[in-house]
Amino acid sequence: MNDVSLITQGAEGRVFNAKFLGKNVIIKHRFKKTYRHPDLDDYLTKERIKAEVKSLVRCRMVGINVPALYDVNLHASEIVMENLDDAIQARKFIYERKADRSEVLGIGKEIGAVLAKLHSNDIVHGDLTTSNILIRPSSEKPIVYLIDFGLSYVSDKIEDKAVDLYVLERAVSSTHPDSDGFLEVLWEAYREKGGKKLNSVLLKLDEVRTRGRKKLCFG
Amino acid sequence: MTIIIGMEGSANKIGIGILKNGEILSNPRKTYITPPGLGFIPSETAKHHQGCVLEILDEALREANVSLKEVDAIAFTKGPGMAAPLLTVALVARTLSLMWNIPLIGVNHCIGHIEMARAITGANNPTVLYVSGGNTQVIAYLEKKYRIFGETIDIAVGNCLDRFARILMLSNDPSPGYNIEKLAEKGKKLLTLPYCVKGMDVSFSGILSFLEERANNLLKKGEYTKEDLCFSLQETIFAMLVETTERAMAHCGSSEVLICGGVGCNKRLQSMMNTMCEERCGRLYATDERFCIDNGAMIAQAGYLMFKCGITTSLKDSWVTQRFRTDDVLVTWRDD
Ligand SMILES: Nc1ncnc2c1ncn2[C@@H]1O[C@H](COP(=O)(O)OP(=O)(O)O)[C@@H](O)[C@H]1O
Ligand SMILES: [Mg+2]
Repeated sequence: MNDVSLITQGAEGRVFNAKFLGKNVIIKHRFKKTYRHPDLDDYLTKERIKAEVKSLVRCRMVGINVPALYDVNLHASEIVMENLDDAIQARKFIYERKADRSEVLGIGKEIGAVLAKLHSNDIVHGDLTTSNILIRPSSEKPIVYLIDFGLSYVSDKIEDKAVDLYVLERAVSSTHPDSDGFLEVLWEAYREKGGKKLNSVLLKLDEVRTRGRKKLCFG
Repeated sequence: MTIIIGMEGSANKIGIGILKNGEILSNPRKTYITPPGLGFIPSETAKHHQGCVLEILDEALREANVSLKEVDAIAFTKGPGMAAPLLTVALVARTLSLMWNIPLIGVNHCIGHIEMARAITGANNPTVLYVSGGNTQVIAYLEKKYRIFGETIDIAVGNCLDRFARILMLSNDPSPGYNIEKLAEKGKKLLTLPYCVKGMDVSFSGILSFLEERANNLLKKGEYTKEDLCFSLQETIFAMLVETTERAMAHCGSSEVLICGGVGCNKRLQSMMNTMCEERCGRLYATDERFCIDNGAMIAQAGYLMFKCGITTSLKDSWVTQRFRTDDVLVTWRDD
């Protein structure tokens, strides 16, 4: 592998541009975090890589848009995957198109539908934020990709899925405080696509929210 | 010239600080310390504060060489915190306000921590890790609010440390967290503890109940020492905090971190956070126990910023509240 160049340092690792079998790829390298105890670091890094790889494959199998997985090396702590180079973070997309409300609401709808599909397949993402959702603009409707599955797991529990949505809701309202209607559109699409089974997740979300708000916050 | 008195007593510390144009003139404080194995309960804590609040006020005024008639405003902690101790301090603040005809300013305790730490360190727009006995939040400023990106979904990190100190019957003097920190320095063997991170949120209750069930047995069997257990607890919970702070930095595109709140003076937490920052070419800002731990000056500092924007609190609105979220406050004093 040559022509390796750093694109960004994410929350867990460094993301590089590279060539792999003639293709433009992304290498996600979870480097050693020396701030934490080496045993803990080793354990967490391996767990995260395994979780990410498993969920990428699982999503791929059921037709959820994720980067294609090309290679994984647990010893080097590296994942090689498709480079979605014409896609941008949903976070950027929303900031850049603040003025165009209908476009922002449009991707809210698409995200809601993708999350319904994710949860229908019992995959919990674990870190849903607008940094971990990529948008590929297209002449018709924009295409939503999910990335960053290091905290993901398989679960059929309503509670786990509701917490997954709660994490997203909090991230969206902190990151995009003026994106009125975005979450509403997103939930509506989730409900529509998810049917009866996922409606209970939205009901549970209400409960999780109330629990969050009620929590005492002592100084 | 603006002179502000800040009065804080939302938990087991009571402190009064005096600021002149933002400069600290005095900042005395007293801590209610309970015997090993015992936590502090609200009514006893309030009694402690009632017993010494006037003495501390005298000390603050004397050291600052300021008389009450020179004071422009009295800032007091409106919340969050424990009701009885909060009320105790607010009552004194209201009485002084009426006697000397000085305006009141109700301050959010968490905002006090953030603004004090920003003033001391000069950090401009950092990602903030706020860690104390009652709160654990990852915060970033955006459009006139300190927004909460991550927080604990159950107990606060300081609460977890305090309760662990009680399991080991450690002394609460000067604070349980300090004594854990000292023991942890001599620990070597890492016990695997539950590690619970959900996006930018953390959970500590699983770790605490895990230790509640096993700690004494592990000690009895001689497999782990007290030092090892303190070490293991710190390594695990601080790794969780650094990880979620880093996640918020990546998400917000920020390269500075500010640690505040009582747990923030822990040297191990600071050094772990510093290493993380270095690995992403960022910078850590932290302060020592004088300003991390609850004190009056921090309430005065937030009050000073509010006062300069023309914010005061009428007597009728000078009630206190146990629940007062950091993101409830409109940050009118910042222009960015
Ligand atoms: N397959 C990909 N194609 C294009 N960009 C990507 C891809 N994977 C990651 N990125 C970019 O790198 C950033 C960090 O990657 P991510 O998987 O979220 O890692 P982390 O766990 O470190 O946050 C993403 O927000 C995105 O901008
Ligand atoms: Mg990410």
